[in-house]
Amino acid sequence: MALDQSFVGRTYPPTAPYEVGREKIREFAEAIGDANPAYTDSEAAKELGHPDVIAPPTFVFAITFKAAGQVIEDPQLGLDYSRVVHGDQKFAYTRPVRAGDRLSVTSTIEAIKSLAGNDILDIRGEVHDATGEHVVTAWTKLVSRAPEEA
Amino acid sequence: MTAKIAYDEVEVGTELPAQTFPVTRATLVRYAGASGDFNPIHWNERFAVEVGLPDVIAHGMFTMAEAIRVVTDWAGDPAAVVEYGVRFTKPVVVPDDGVGAVIEVSAKVAAKLDDGQVRVDLTATSAGQKVLGMSRAVVRLA
Repeated sequence: MALDQSFVGRTYPPTAPYEVGREKIREFAEAIGDANPAYTDSEAAKELGHPDVIAPPTFVFAITFKAAGQVIEDPQLGLDYSRVVHGDQKFAYTRPVRAGDRLSVTSTIEAIKSLAGNDILDIRGEVHDATGEHVVTAWTKLVSRAPEEA
Repeated sequence: MTAKIAYDEVEVGTELPAQTFPVTRATLVRYAGASGDFNPIHWNERFAVEVGLPDVIAHGMFTMAEAIRVVTDWAGDPAAVVEYGVRFTKPVVVPDDGVGAVIEVSAKVAAKLDDGQVRVDLTATSAGQKVLGMSRAVVRLA
């Protein structure tokens, strides 16, 4: 059954702040095998003009995707998450995420489409720091595949 | 803003140094822990096959994270990446055969934009299949 179009434009309340840990950034950089010192060495990060170590460009997804859970698990929307695959992902950065940031995400449903029985959901996550400054916007496209015919 | 590459040094068609990234089951377990994405399709072969996949597959976000390393290594400062988007076209299949898979990434400057920025188009393949589509980054150069 197609998702309710009236959810397009709905914005969910901002999430409680996520505090970005220096060691969490290190763990993430190691997991992707990226030895760039800007991720682990605050002196190297400062040489690049950053106040502290920064996170790799895709790090913030863990935070925005968790925030998107408000949408995905909204019982009124009724998305069948067991059939969901990640279609597209895009980020637009005002500045990189850095250690010590306290980040809050506001998720909005940008679009709902139905294509060949698949539900396609576009969620925009606006990420702000504790001072209210914009850090990054994440766009996530989720595709809920149509159930196979019985 | 301290990208190592100057805007004036590049032109449309400039190729970035290509890289290959190996990925094994151990890589995926590690990424699952670091990212918090514990979906069993990324570590449990029985589960992956049950839901119709050929085998365990890499997290799309893992592939996305590897691909942009070609750009961040080139630019020097990862913060030079202003925008980055991909489409997940095919999964990276990671067999438990002691070898795993390899993600091959190449990139080139596709357009010179205003304000010292360029658009870089990336190509990511694994086992001869394109795994990311519409993979583009906007990078602010020195």
